[in-house]
Amino acid sequence: MFWILAIFTLGSALLMVMNKNIFHSALFMVLTFIGVAAMYVMLQADFMAAVQILVYAGAIAIFLVFGIMLTQRGNMKQTNLFAKHTAVAGLVSLALVVINAFMVWNTNWLKSTAEPPQDTVGQIADLMLGKFMVPFEVAAILLLVALLGAVIIAKGVKKTS
Amino acid sequence: MMGNIGLEHFLIFSGTLFCIGLFGALAKRNVIAILMGLEIMLNSVNINLVAFSRYATTGDLTGQVFAIFVVAVAAAEVAVGLALIVAIYRDRMSVNVEDFDWLKW
Repeated sequence: MFWILAIFTLGSALLMVMNKNIFHSALFMVLTFIGVAAMYVMLQADFMAAVQILVYAGAIAIFLVFGIMLTQRGNMKQTNLFAKHTAVAGLVSLALVVINAFMVWNTNWLKSTAEPPQDTVGQIADLMLGKFMVPFEVAAILLLVALLGAVIIAKGVKKTS
Repeated sequence: MMGNIGLEHFLIFSGTLFCIGLFGALAKRNVIAILMGLEIMLNSVNINLVAFSRYATTGDLTGQVFAIFVVAVAAAEVAVGLALIVAIYRDRMSVNVEDFDWLKW
């Protein structure tokens, strides 16, 4: 099961990166997000899986499709080409994959053998509104500022003279 | 049911996903494709956090709370990033990063 999901997710991520049509890229990105949500289910993080589907496969995917529609005209072919330094980027990424896999495999990880908790939502709520209340409020302010900033940047500042 | 899938498998999976996102962010010409690569990278980091909270500190869900904060910051980042892209597109009529050369002399 893990292997099927891993191949599905990594395959759609690769197709997303390699696609020449940016709209198809966005669709493969949604598939990748859904694969990641299934990974959260395998890790017994059901609340994270729900958040992943809602925020990434829902909101961010629609946001990016909006961006594509606003900035492309005519046909979508050849809208997502590679830049000049593709070979170097590929080399760096491939080297990072190999080094990362090697390091992870050769590290002795500290593991616990306890059973994972059943009720994740309640515990997350306790942590978020208890121990992490200040970061929670800061995240709320960050979202408000990002909302205002996005509106102001996209609208453009009127010249006053 | 899961056989012997452990922490290492999830870490290698998320590392590989991160590198695919990194390749997309580094090698693409379209700014929106770069933003997509960034999203994939943030997602793989979240898998790491949740995997550690599942296998290393089982019972303590701090890792998942942190992952939720990462999701919130990523949403804010996409909103501001797309607003910037739209503003630049209106100015330059292009989404190709190789055309964005104001800061070059």
